[in-house]
Amino acid sequence: MNFNYVILIPLIPLAVFLLLGIFYKKIKPAVSGYIGVFGLLTSTVLSYYTAFQYFFVQEKVDGVYQTFVSKTTWMNFTDTLAIDMGILIDPISVMMLIVVSTISLMVHIYSRGYMKGDEGYTKFFAFLGLFSFSMFGLVLATNLFQIYIFWELVGVSSFLLIGYYYTKPSAVAASKKAFIVTRFADLGFLIGILIVGYYTGTYDFETLNNPEGNAILSWASTSFMGLSVLTWALILIFIGGAGKSAMFPLHIWLPDAMEGPTPVSALIHAATMVVAGVYLVARLFPMYYFVEDGFALNVVAYVGGFSSLFAAIIAVTQNDIKRVLAFSTMSQLGYMMMALGVSGYDGHEGVGYMASMFHLFTHAMFKALLFLGAGSVIHAVHSNYLKDMGGLRKYMPITNITFLIAALAISGVPPFAGFWSKDEILVAAFEHNKLLYFVGLFVAGLTAFYMFRIYFGIFWGKDTQYKHAPHESPIAMTFPLMFLGALSVVVGLIPFSEFVTADKAGFVAHLNYPLAAIAVGVGVVGIILSYIFYKKENDLAEKFSKAFGVFYKWTFNKFYFDEIYLFVTRKIIFNRISAPIAYFDKKYVDGFMEGMGNKTVVVSEKIKGIQSGKFQDYAFAFLAGFVILAMVFIYLWTK
Amino acid sequence: MEKIIFYILAIIIIVFAIASVTSRKMLRSVIYLLFVLCGIAGIYFLIDYNFLAAIQLTVYAGGIIVLIIFSVLLVHHIEMELEDIKTSKKILVGLASLLGLGVFLTTIYAYNFPVIENSNSIDMDTIGLGLLSYEAGGFILPFEVISVLLLAAMIGAIVIAKGTKIATSDKPKGKSLEKN
Amino acid sequence: MIAGISIYEILTVTSILFFIGVYGFITRTNLISILMSVELILNASIINFVVINKYLYPDVFQGVFFSIFIIAVAAAETALAVAIIINLYRQISSVEVKDTEIMKY
Repeated sequence: MNFNYVILIPLIPLAVFLLLGIFYKKIKPAVSGYIGVFGLLTSTVLSYYTAFQYFFVQEKVDGVYQTFVSKTTWMNFTDTLAIDMGILIDPISVMMLIVVSTISLMVHIYSRGYMKGDEGYTKFFAFLGLFSFSMFGLVLATNLFQIYIFWELVGVSSFLLIGYYYTKPSAVAASKKAFIVTRFADLGFLIGILIVGYYTGTYDFETLNNPEGNAILSWASTSFMGLSVLTWALILIFIGGAGKSAMFPLHIWLPDAMEGPTPVSALIHAATMVVAGVYLVARLFPMYYFVEDGFALNVVAYVGGFSSLFAAIIAVTQNDIKRVLAFSTMSQLGYMMMALGVSGYDGHEGVGYMASMFHLFTHAMFKALLFLGAGSVIHAVHSNYLKDMGGLRKYMPITNITFLIAALAISGVPPFAGFWSKDEILVAAFEHNKLLYFVGLFVAGLTAFYMFRIYFGIFWGKDTQYKHAPHESPIAMTFPLMFLGALSVVVGLIPFSEFVTADKAGFVAHLNYPLAAIAVGVGVVGIILSYIFYKKENDLAEKFSKAFGVFYKWTFNKFYFDEIYLFVTRKIIFNRISAPIAYFDKKYVDGFMEGMGNKTVVVSEKIKGIQSGKFQDYAFAFLAGFVILAMVFIYLWTK
Repeated sequence: MEKIIFYILAIIIIVFAIASVTSRKMLRSVIYLLFVLCGIAGIYFLIDYNFLAAIQLTVYAGGIIVLIIFSVLLVHHIEMELEDIKTSKKILVGLASLLGLGVFLTTIYAYNFPVIENSNSIDMDTIGLGLLSYEAGGFILPFEVISVLLLAAMIGAIVIAKGTKIATSDKPKGKSLEKN
Repeated sequence: MIAGISIYEILTVTSILFFIGVYGFITRTNLISILMSVELILNASIINFVVINKYLYPDVFQGVFFSIFIIAVAAAETALAVAIIINLYRQISSVEVKDTEIMKY
């Protein structure tokens, strides 16, 4: 089976990016939209074809999906250590191709409506192309270094797109924040990569992930501060993943990233880029699982679980609908991390891994839908805040219904997509870690509550009087909503466990009815609560928030994490460390350099008199030279 | 007798030359130069090259000096004094010149010139024929070249000197002034 | 031949004249003075031509002819130089050397 054409999937968006980027001024906006959509459509078709070939045409060997790798050596460090560039096809990369291409295509189509009339329309599509290219490249990477390169590329495109409204100071600040925080996390990633490369002598996923391979078996041979060096490396790599996936405590950039255009939030900060961290852990899952009996994996699980809870609590109190969705995303990403963390490896033991990937898949669909729906609402009322909305169901029927579907899906109501994946996660957690199971259950309830809080707040609740009556968005925006809505209903029915598993063998998953019933029950309780609070305009919610008092205030301010970070960076790092260093640098390092420069200037001022431009000086030099030479010759002759 | 005249001439030449290059008054400097040129004409007379002496007097003393005086008068007023330069530089240049002179004199006195005793003179016929002769030893070609050169120099001098003033800064800035 | 005067004495005089010219060329601050110094230098060399012709090769007159040519060239040169100086004076109202340093740019 030849999968070499897969290289086209990332290259087509790259071509679109270059085309739109270079001829930015020449191409008419209408045309650039079509170019972007068409390019992504091609990639999408290829992705679906690849998935079909891989899962259905391609034969399993010994009941295991084979991994296909096609690569060339890019940089040769030593005889044994080289960096390759290539494509790697295995169940999770194929699944990610589907996710990325589908969401990206939908967002492209949606943007044609949402960004209409925007000044940087072509630029926007160029950036989307760049992002799609980077994300495909990340998904298909064959080794740690390649994934790192594309990892940074998605970071850059995320930076560009968050700062898309670069005239807005808050957008600029948000893009900077996102870039710096993720960069900081990527430092951990890079160090982790280097450690792995140093101790195992390879960056290749295949070699690294082989359970009988040298890389995994040799973990006990070196240790550092009581843990295996490889464990440290994996934790550092996870820090990189946590930065991208907005895990606590590196989550602070994600809510601010909502300053970007809403389609961007849907594509990058909900469905694709932020799951890169989850994908990274999943990609190295055998290492996480086998090295030091999964110590690093436990870290992943607890960080994921805590982030999930933490974000869900904050989401309840936020009033900006995009921020609610952002915290919701963070919470769901924590869920996925947690699922990975509680997963085993073989067969049905690996249900957590499967559930994590499954949730990644379904979450991408319904979270993108939620964001696009929110974008549609924002487009109509020109505000992000709940207080400006209400009663919109009369004006925007399609948005209403699709948003409802997505909200039901994320709340885990059967038969919508979220139910199936969330159920698997809870099963995995129940089997491996009871504490995390209860955390997950509580988060599920909170999720249902805050999702329906904003749903009721937007579409029901008070009947706000609008200056301009809002109206339904154009077809370019509603089509993706409907498409993703349909997907959110059906994708849960895919027998995911047969395709994507940790050991790639596939198993048959059964619904665990008691657990499923509990989960659904919790979700429904959340929905009912928010129905009571928010369906009709009343002051119940306010009373409750008063009852919580200080805790509510803390939550509303996101537990003051932004302020803590600011305090640490501004007061401690800037003032106590950076300022003295800067002073030293300016005073002594620069002073030395400038002193040398000044001396040079002074000396050249002195000696430039030689080249005075006065012909008499030249004549004098000529005379003196002649006299000296003549004297020398006379001396030589008469000798 | 001739010996004494030569020494007198030599002293005139050297003294006035020095006066010419050190005088701070422009016009005097030119007149000192005139004396030097006349002294040189005297030397030509002494060695019986009368025609050359005549040329020296007419072209140099008559033509060039007058030209220089005119230019001095055009660009200066008569009593204009020259700026003085630094004494250190003067000493330095003087020293270098003296050294150069030493080099010259050592070379000259180290060489034994094969002097031929004679009292040949040259009359105008010979010069005129020599200049126009195209036989061996004739100077018709350099003569023609010189004539062309003189013509070119003359035209060039006229064209250059005729050039109009470029600077326009002294024109009154009428409009802006009126507005104010 | 000048009775009682050897070629060495005449050459000494011309050498002195030459270096006076050189000294003037370098030390004077005024273009016209420099031109005059050049005349001194030229004259020193003309005398040399003539004297060497007279003392060493009395039968031919190349030295004389060349002296005539040099005088002609000197005249042309002076005329041109004066033209340039006058034109320069019109442009910058000065014939001082220090005002004509733009050669260094």
